[in-house]
Amino acid sequence: MRIIEAIGRLIIGTAQHVVNVLGLFFQTVFWIVVGPFKKKFPKLKSIFEQMVFVGVRSIIIVFFVGFFTGIVIAMQSAYQLAKLGGTIYVAAMVSVSVARELGPVLTALVVAGRVGAAITAELGTMKVSEQIEALQTLALNPIRFLVIPRFLALLIMLPCLTIFSDIVGIAGGFLVGVYNLGLNPYRYLDVSFDFLIWKDVWTGIVKSISFAIIIAMVGCYMGLNTRGGAEGVGKSTTVSVVTSFILIILFDCVLTGIFYFSNM
Amino acid sequence: MEKKEIVIKTNNIVKKFGDRTVLNGVDLDIYRGETFVIMGGSGCGKSTLLRHMIGTLKPDDGKIYLLGKDITNLPEDEMDKIKKRIGMSFQGSALFDSMNVGENVSLPLREHTKLEESVIKIVMKMKLELVGLRGFEDLMPSQLSGGMKKRVGLARAIAMDPEIIFYDEPTAGLDPIVAGVIDKLIIDLSKKLSITSVVVTHDMESVFKIADKIAMLYEGRVVEVGTKEEMRNSKNQLVKQFIAGDPDGPIKFFQQKDDYLEQLTK
Repeated sequence: MRIIEAIGRLIIGTAQHVVNVLGLFFQTVFWIVVGPFKKKFPKLKSIFEQMVFVGVRSIIIVFFVGFFTGIVIAMQSAYQLAKLGGTIYVAAMVSVSVARELGPVLTALVVAGRVGAAITAELGTMKVSEQIEALQTLALNPIRFLVIPRFLALLIMLPCLTIFSDIVGIAGGFLVGVYNLGLNPYRYLDVSFDFLIWKDVWTGIVKSISFAIIIAMVGCYMGLNTRGGAEGVGKSTTVSVVTSFILIILFDCVLTGIFYFSNM
Repeated sequence: MEKKEIVIKTNNIVKKFGDRTVLNGVDLDIYRGETFVIMGGSGCGKSTLLRHMIGTLKPDDGKIYLLGKDITNLPEDEMDKIKKRIGMSFQGSALFDSMNVGENVSLPLREHTKLEESVIKIVMKMKLELVGLRGFEDLMPSQLSGGMKKRVGLARAIAMDPEIIFYDEPTAGLDPIVAGVIDKLIIDLSKKLSITSVVVTHDMESVFKIADKIAMLYEGRVVEVGTKEEMRNSKNQLVKQFIAGDPDGPIKFFQQKDDYLEQLTK
């Protein structure tokens, strides 16, 4: 009976969190839509500050991850395709897999680890040191003041980072193809973009938008619900990153199913 | 004497956290212009009571009236209007550590008024002058001492010229001189600007310096309300013990002795 009780409690607890996160999401969207009319929209400056933190400061790590993933895909597929005598298809392999899958997912994971963790740690510290309550007593809504700038910054910058990652990934594959496999550079690019169709790119962007929502909502929710001092901040930061990772992979799976294995 | 206006009225507030009843029917009337001290031991619910008065916690039962409005179930828009008329000084000062001192103090003005930036700067400097910290506006909170942070927090609380200021443990953890400075500030603010002050504390020295009226909270109930003299001469054993700081009395610090042996050997 204990086990059933524990499972029941776990399910109820999880369901409660899901409901709360969705509530936070709807409130955020509500304030983004209604805010400008009520003159209660956050200052553009705070949104730009977050965009710099989320986007510009992530470029280096996204570059490394994207570039080397492209190289690795090219090398691994070249090994297999050489047996079939189709080394030139390395180009197609790299461009399609990076645009569909690896660009959006790896960028999202990197940003979840870097930005999601920072959001939870910052909001969590604000929560345990009464700063969130101070905002409330100053009649400043924490959602408007803290969540929306971070949410919008991620929503705008993660797709940009994803496109950037796609490009450097293809560039990495290009280097391997041209300098290691001795393929003609013009032919390599031709094949790359022959096989890469528009749908590959936009489904990747849609994925990255949904990942941005996941990172922002989980990060802010965990931060705003932090309890118990420094230990609590550490705990919710860990939970935030782990939850984001799991949800990103889960949604990637679901969206891939919808985009490529349904009648779309 | 003129009839004074009640600015805060709590009506039989009950609050439970899980199985624990923290507030068990609190009735208080606080009048305009007075300095009202709520005292009581740690964990007696005084901070919780304060959080009900400023609307961040909702009672399970009972009603709270703040500045003439029932805030128990007030929509956010209405509550925000009232919040602009009160200020709160937090126990840990709660300065925003991503902003410098000046930005902290001018934040409410920037967000809630249409004042020019130059006017906001002047008001901010005036508020810092009131707490004796003019010239510190470019420092970050991490560069300040505990007492200075408290004073900046106070400057931020009075930025919008509130009618009521709430203080949560204003002198806790400060050295006697800084505590004295804070006490003097509280008195000055309420006398000079005729602001109503609600102070939650267990620092007896400061209680008898600043209070016009004192309420003693014990186990989620108000056991006595009165002026300084009335409290000093109180017949109530709880109040007597608390003021004297006596370990023996009706307020039990240690648990029952009978089951000590049992618990040790369990």
